Amino acid sequence: MAETHSLQDMRQQAAVAAKVFLQRDYTIGTVCQFQTKFPSELETRIDKQQFEETVRTLNNLYAEAEKLGSQSYIEGCLACLTAYTVFLCMETHYEKVLKKIAKYIQEQNDKIYAPRGLLLTDPIERGLRVIEVTIFEDRSLTR
Amino acid sequence: MKNCEFQQIDPRALPTPTPTPPHPHQGSVMAEEPRRPRRKWEVFPGKNRFYCEGRIVAARQSGVLPLTLGLILVTSGLFFTFDCPFLVKHLTSCIPAIGGVLFVFVVITLLQTSFSDPGIMPRATPDEATDIEKQIDNTGNTSHRPPPRTKEVVINQQVVKLKYCFTCKMFRPPRTSHCSLCDNCVERFDHHCPWVGNCVGKRNYRFFYTFIVSLSFLTSFIFGCVTTHLALRAQGGKGLVFALQESPGRYPLLTNVIYDFLMELVICFFSVWSILGLSGFHTYLVASNLTTNEDIKGSWSGKSGEDVTNPYSHKNICINCCSVLCGPMPPSLIDRRGFLPSDESSQTGGVDIEVPAAATKSEINVCTQGTKGLLESATLPPLLTSSCHQGKPQTAHTCSDNSAALNSDPSPALSTDCGARHTAGSQGDTSPSHHTKTHSKKSQSAA
Repeated sequence: MAETHSLQDMRQQAAVAAKVFLQRDYTIGTVCQFQTKFPSELETRIDKQQFEETVRTLNNLYAEAEKLGSQSYIEGCLACLTAYTVFLCMETHYEKVLKKIAKYIQEQNDKIYAPRGLLLTDPIERGLRVIEVTIFEDRSLTR
Repeated sequence: MKNCEFQQIDPRALPTPTPTPPHPHQGSVMAEEPRRPRRKWEVFPGKNRFYCEGRIVAARQSGVLPLTLGLILVTSGLFFTFDCPFLVKHLTSCIPAIGGVLFVFVVITLLQTSFSDPGIMPRATPDEATDIEKQIDNTGNTSHRPPPRTKEVVINQQVVKLKYCFTCKMFRPPRTSHCSLCDNCVERFDHHCPWVGNCVGKRNYRFFYTFIVSLSFLTSFIFGCVTTHLALRAQGGKGLVFALQESPGRYPLLTNVIYDFLMELVICFFSVWSILGLSGFHTYLVASNLTTNEDIKGSWSGKSGEDVTNPYSHKNICINCCSVLCGPMPPSLIDRRGFLPSDESSQTGGVDIEVPAAATKSEINVCTQGTKGLLESATLPPLLTSSCHQGKPQTAHTCSDNSAALNSDPSPALSTDCGARHTAGSQGDTSPSHHTKTHSKKSQSAA
């Protein structure tokens, strides 16, 4: 995946200093939402508002994926009538949104996070449990 | 502070360091046999079986799935062979059509329930596990003994306790439960169904529900047809006894029609009551957005005297039904067909090139729970390394800034258990295989 390549590229240049994990926010229920609390380890690296904006956009995208609306009901009913065989040939709405999310994270990494020595990992690679933020060593500082 | 981690490998199992394999993702960090890139299903730590190159998931114990399939096929076969011709002649030709549709529905949904991922949660990566341990230790407990591992969250004004799963090294999301038969945490865990040979969880509950509903229709339909068949014969002939003792000439394939009737009647009679009952029960669960697990435990029944309500219910039967049965289909989180990353750093976090070399002379602890990949410890996905942390000796754990806190002794039972598995693993077969179950069985028997 492109993300793995960029991660490998980054790692070839810098070692990982730390990893920060943003846990899930269950106050609304079991829908996929992440806590928007700004981790203290990122204070020196990125603007709080920028980061929270990223997380909020991700939350909105996941909410869109899991939305109970007419589209999901039609998809569900059609699937039920065909004994769910449509799932074998059709891409579900959720999968489409996951692709959108992957693209968004890639964009954010390229434009905002990689220049600051950070890397967001797509939550789907962590079982939708956490948003993993890898902090690379700041090369401007001498060790 | 750097996060470094020992990569535990068995030097006896390692061949001489090999050159870079042709696959673009595989690095030459650790000694690796130059062979085809492996997929994640091949090293999955749970007790699951995978077929068709990871496309099909099944529990390790198939339970009585063959029996279920056999009963359905035999009963339907007898129905189509003996009852349909008679009823088509005397009643209507819609009967085999309806029977056929129901039969197809039942078989397809049964296979989907048995062979799809029920909602397995992948195990936490070592970094995640470390992060959670840090948080747990930081909550006021200064001793090295692990504090009670529950976390409380408020969901829709209801306090819900999240338990920490020692196997998967994470706090289980709400409604998630660990199935001991499959050794996986399953989202929205309903129950492990032996008839279907798989867990029933978030992703396959709708298949399961459709299966039992269509099966109850099918068994009722067959039962009704068989009874009608008997009744019509009894009417036409000289009574019920004569009807049951049809002369062989009428049905050259069957010596006595009584066997046909009895078999179908008996199977259908018992199935109808049990399956209808089960369908009714699950309809109630769907309408109130509950799982069997929650219903049995009485999580939301208010038996503790407090005013507890189900926080996941939409308070509307229609919306509950729609959300459970017609909601968006969640994706599989375990990525069975993804390739194993060759570079362990990307998965286990913070490992520099020189660390594995250092590891070779330290712990000879190979943790490949349930897998054959002793050699792949350099490329172990998080699924494996995380499962090993349970029993790693203290020096083998991550050496982060909290090394003192993290090097707390694991319980002797855990380390012994893990050690036994490690011994078994190192002595076990190291040749590649396509069947996880074979090796999990070997490691189990060796352990």
